[in-house]
Order: sequence, then structure tokens, then C-alpha cells
Amino acid sequence: MSSVMIDTGNYIAAKAAVMARPDVVAAYPITPQTTLVEGIANYRDTGEFKGEYICVESEHSAMSACIGASAAGVRTFTGTSSHGLLLMHEMLHWAALARLPIVMCNINRVVGPGWNIWADENDSVSQRDTGWIQFYCSSNQEIFDTVIQAFKLAEHEKISLPVMISYNAFILSHTSMPVYIPEQEEVDDFIPKRKPLWKLDVDNPITFGNIILPHEYEKVRRDMQNAQEYAKKLIVEINRDWEKRFGRYHGDLLELYKCDDAEYILVAMGAIGSESKVTVDNMRKEGYKIGLARLRVFRPFPGEEIVKLGDKADLIVIDRNVSIGLGGAVFNEVKASLYGKSDAKVYGYIAGLGGKDVTYGDIEKMCKKVVDGKAKHMEWYGFEKGGV
Amino acid sequence: MKKYNVVTTISYPTKGAMGKTGNWRVFKPVLDKNKCVKCLRCWVYCPEATIIRNKDDSVDIDYEYCKGCGICADVCKVGAIVMEREGKRE
Repeated sequence: MSSVMIDTGNYIAAKAAVMARPDVVAAYPITPQTTLVEGIANYRDTGEFKGEYICVESEHSAMSACIGASAAGVRTFTGTSSHGLLLMHEMLHWAALARLPIVMCNINRVVGPGWNIWADENDSVSQRDTGWIQFYCSSNQEIFDTVIQAFKLAEHEKISLPVMISYNAFILSHTSMPVYIPEQEEVDDFIPKRKPLWKLDVDNPITFGNIILPHEYEKVRRDMQNAQEYAKKLIVEINRDWEKRFGRYHGDLLELYKCDDAEYILVAMGAIGSESKVTVDNMRKEGYKIGLARLRVFRPFPGEEIVKLGDKADLIVIDRNVSIGLGGAVFNEVKASLYGKSDAKVYGYIAGLGGKDVTYGDIEKMCKKVVDGKAKHMEWYGFEKGGV
Repeated sequence: MKKYNVVTTISYPTKGAMGKTGNWRVFKPVLDKNKCVKCLRCWVYCPEATIIRNKDDSVDIDYEYCKGCGICADVCKVGAIVMEREGKRE
């Protein structure tokens, strides 16, 4: 039996986090922080959340507190956004290298200046090399399901890596949608209490996160890479198990939509990914053979699946982020995945930075420009008339 | 030693986990037992546990692991420990 809850992405994420029964949540409450951690604090007040809530003095401390708690063997959760995530940067590396299965929601918000708290994925995309597994969600239901699934993935004995679940500010974080909420017992059955591989324990002392010599250090990094490769399989398994238990499926590493006979396939993450479905439906009515591959998982990057898409279609990638001096992050990683394995053409658009609205009509214009053969290899959408 | 499925950095408490750190030393603590009053301040303050406490509360220095930080010489109230440069010409 499940119930339906109508609420914003943030409060849905808070509900999911509390139902996962973390022992410790550490968070810093001030902007760019969102209502996510207020939601958890409220559950602490009502008694529904029975763990420790540590209100710390910065995001660097929030991640540090999660690292300490996770190292002591308990389940931990936190939430942050934009500059908060960037302040954590050092400790994000630390958590991943120490193989601590912390789960965190990041609300994709602009990095300033200019100050702005709308949707933009540069905050989490710039953390792609830290070793964290990264999900990008496109609906509140997907946020709920992914938060619960993330604990199963992170705490798996062959993974033991932290997981970040990102979703676009306002478009998801502050928009209410109906979400199916399973029973607590069903969640408990899906993610039983964490069994740490090791822990800080005064009765059985170990030093951990200590000095290692060069020939040993490389093994640590290599094992993280292997774990992320294994995560590609495990994410699919967890999704299948979830579908069997709860009847919901949001796609595996990619969510494929009308790709079977497509000659062009859109590739996008987050809210632009869900908006693109409307574009695909509209263009299909006009006879265009177009599909969508929404990127759910950015790390590990699903290169093999991208190659399969490239076998049958040209790709149109829309990035709500930009690696300055190169281009859109997804665009470039898609091209890197295809290199030497596919002759597919890849077109890249940068759109929606700073929370600029990207409607299905905008996406349709981008696609038609590609189909009409007028699109450049990579361009910024909305600057066609020149000017700054 | 316990086997894990992941590669990470864990060490179990053991003497000299980082090897023989005595060769890091530039200055060496030299103890004058005639001046020592057995107050054990050096034993308390040594961060590396390389002051060896004997049964009669006299002390010795474990040069295999002493890194030569000089704290023992600094806290010694009677000047029984002095720091001397390693490899000094006689």
C-alpha cells in the first residue's frame, strides 16, 4: 500500500531521506541552502526523524560531520546547493577517497557572481571528478525513488562510495507534484540497516584515512574507478528490483523515449530532459523521427549506452552548464564516448544557464535547426541575432 | 588482516606503522642522566611515545622512532635534555 503526497521536490526529498532512517543528518541552514533541510528539521521536531540533526556552521563542516558519522558506521544524509556544494569541495574528495557511503541531495543552483539562485548545473557538474556517483532527476517522484535507491547503491559492499542526487532549482525543488510514498516497512525491507565494512570503534582501534605511499595511492583511485564501473550494472539491478516492488521505472543510466526508429536523439539531463519529451511528442506529430535519451546518471558516465544511440542516430545535446574554455560538459563527454566507435554527428547547445527558461518550443527550434542542416557544431541558444 | 571488497587506507595499531621514523631527525635529544630528576614531563609530552619509562622512573630515548621534534628538551625543567645536530663533527 502506498499513499500519495503532493509537495515540492525539496519536501519530497526530505520525506525520502527521513524514510531511509539515517542516523545522522548534518546541514548548514542558510542560502543557497533550500527548504530540503528545513523539511528534515521539521520531521525531527515532530519525532518522525529519530536520528541526530547536527546544525553546523558551514557546508564544509556539514560534509565533515557526515564523514565522521559515516566513518563511525552509521547512515548519513545531507543536502546542499551551489556555493554550499562548492565550499564542500575538499571534503567531497575526502568522502569518496575514504569510501564513505554518504547520500546527499544537491539542488542545482547558479554559481555567482552575478548572484542568482535559479536552475543551473554548473555547481554539481564541476564536482564530477570527486568520485561521487551523480544522479540527475526530472520529477519529484524520481527524486523520492532515487534518494531511497541511492542508499542501497552507496552502501553496497562493492561500491562504498558517496552518492549525489541533483535536481534543478525551483523547476523541481519548489514545484509541487503528486508522489507515491511507499509504506515505511517496504522501505525498511528495501534498505535494511547499514552494515559498515569497517568503522571507527574504540574497542577495536584502527587508523583510517592515513598516509600511504605512491605505489599504494594509485590502487585507491583505480579501485574507485572500478567501483563506478560496477555501479553501471548495479544501478540497473536496483532499478529492476524497485520496479518489481513498487511498479515504477524512470530509466536506467539513460531514460530512452521513442528512440527505436529515431534518426535524431536528444540528450539532456534534469528538467530540460523532461521538457524534451513534449518536444519529441510534438515533432513526432509532424513526422520527424526524433527521440530522447535523458541522462539520469552522469557519473559513472554511460558511454556504452551513448555508443548504442550513435549507431542509429545523430545526437543533439543540450547542456545547462558550460565548462568554460571547452563547451557543454555532457556534449564533450558524449563526443569522447563515441570517438572511434561511431560515425554519428553530434550537435551541442548551451541553454538555460542562470535559470533562463528552456521551453519545449525552444528545444523544438534547436532540433529543427539541426535537421535543416543550419546548426553549427556547438552554439549558445538564444544568441542567433548576435550581440552580447 | 581482514580482507575488504574495496581498496582504502586503514592501518591497525602497530609499532612503527610508518617505518623507522628516527631517520627523519635533524636534531637529536641527548639525555644527561645525572641531571634527570625523574619528573617524567618528557615522557608525558613526547608526541611519539619514544621516551621509554623505566621501572625506577628514569627514562631512555628510543632513537629508532624519535623524530627529533625537541619537545622533551623544551619541557625539561632541569635542562637534562639538550638537542644536538645529527652528524655533528666531533
